[in-house]
Amino acid sequence: MSYLTIQDLTVRLKNGAPLLRKVSLAVNSGEVRALVGESGAGKSMIGKAVLGILPRAAKLTSGKILLDGEDLLRLPPKARRAKIGAKVALIPQDPLTALNPSRRVGPQITDRLVDILGWTRESAEARAVELLDEVHIQSPDRVMRSYPHELSGGMRQRILIASAFAAEPKLIIADEPTTALDVTVQKQILKLIREMQERHDTALLFVTHDLGVVSKISQSLTVLYAGKVIEETDVRTFFAAPKHAYSKALLAATPKYTDPDGSLMPVPDSIISEVEQEVAAFDAQLTR
Amino acid sequence: MSTPLYQLSDLKVSFPDLAHKPLFGAAPRTDVLKGLTFDVAKGDVLGIVGGSGSGKSTLGRAMIRLLRPDSGSILFEGTEIAQLGEDALRPLRKQFQMIFQDPMSSLNPRHRVGGIIAGPLSLQGFDDIPRRVNDALEMVGLPKGFAARYPHELSGGQRQRVGIARAIALKPDFILADEIVSGLDVSSQAQVLNLLEQLVRDLGLTLAFVSHDLSVIRRLCSRILVMHHGEIVENAATADLFANPQADYTRALLDAIPLPDPDQVWA
Repeated sequence: MSYLTIQDLTVRLKNGAPLLRKVSLAVNSGEVRALVGESGAGKSMIGKAVLGILPRAAKLTSGKILLDGEDLLRLPPKARRAKIGAKVALIPQDPLTALNPSRRVGPQITDRLVDILGWTRESAEARAVELLDEVHIQSPDRVMRSYPHELSGGMRQRILIASAFAAEPKLIIADEPTTALDVTVQKQILKLIREMQERHDTALLFVTHDLGVVSKISQSLTVLYAGKVIEETDVRTFFAAPKHAYSKALLAATPKYTDPDGSLMPVPDSIISEVEQEVAAFDAQLTR
Repeated sequence: MSTPLYQLSDLKVSFPDLAHKPLFGAAPRTDVLKGLTFDVAKGDVLGIVGGSGSGKSTLGRAMIRLLRPDSGSILFEGTEIAQLGEDALRPLRKQFQMIFQDPMSSLNPRHRVGGIIAGPLSLQGFDDIPRRVNDALEMVGLPKGFAARYPHELSGGQRQRVGIARAIALKPDFILADEIVSGLDVSSQAQVLNLLEQLVRDLGLTLAFVSHDLSVIRRLCSRILVMHHGEIVENAATADLFANPQADYTRALLDAIPLPDPDQVWA
């Protein structure tokens, strides 16, 4: 039984334009699934739907989001928020905007232990120090007392990872957590996320546009275009031979420094129009 | 052998470290560029690579004199420009142009694309501006009709093309491109890089391309400078750098690039 199961999820703008088109996917405990696509493909929107933080302009019109077998959308709002808060956590993209600049780092980690799990401040602080140690931060006590601006981007992302794992969530949604970092730091952070996820046996939904990152972090992936699932498979099968023409083109557009020619192939217009037609045909089928 | 377009020697830049400023008196200074020496030949496409905080953007900005270096010399076509004042620099400004990282914040949202490209042309006193705007749009592969659009109506890749059009419209001798593809999807990234490569070939541009990602510049650049903590750790022809990286830091940078290959071993 998968920890997170999404069935036929459809999200539309208020004017009816679809953002997600009957998306289905599942993530098991201990599994990392990557959500891949270009900007506007709806990959972040899926994470937002699961967390119940869809933007005001978007509306969930049909489908199911099962968390541990329980349909979140059937729960009353308060129970739903309580369940999401206790079981799901987010690692956001930009570690600078995600931390409150006017508060010290420590309380920003311990808050969720106190609020969600009802711990005392003292035990929460002890746990936060342990967590910072777990994400390989050298002097956790000093960092707890620091303000976000005193820390580097990599440090801040480590803190957000520690804080995401703090309340022992069963599912973590990571929304492009390394795009703001440079490659050497990205490597450390990806390894750290993987290490933490394995140790805590968490289900991880990893949103990214970088197929290089996908091959390093995940076991399975879902490729999206215009809010529709284009291909869904495990990582080895995908990188050996992507099935869909669009996935092939996306892979060809990903730069490989080992390629002596170094040539880059943008996704050809013919393939874009092919996949656009496929999406249109899918829409027509739905309305019929 | 003609003189290089740029000759830099012992270039030093420092910034005040305001985090450690005492209540009274000046802030201590942090050295950002610690004495850089290199040449850029005409027609070179120079890649400037390094991690965040390595000084790569600062170096680019010093080269086109968006900031004044503390010491050292910058010879641009044989003229010393390191300490020139703003008035003396103004006539030179049309010879070096910049393409920015984030096209959304570097294009005025209230101006139409045509006006954005025409801006620097009229400031520099060019004639025949509408034709030059059209030519620039055509060179970056955007239809003429785009001159009447606003930046928010364009996709990320198209906006970046407008940024490129604005820079090449002045027919500059040198263009600085600072992380111009890092905000783009792989497909638009490939389009923009291919476009730049073609412009470099067709217009004989001299270009400095600042990036943190070695994999995107292999095709485009002829030489690569690797920066680390304000120093040049490696300056090599692109082919040599990839075939046989000399500096440990270059090797670390290369190893950290995630290849789209699940069999790549990440030590």
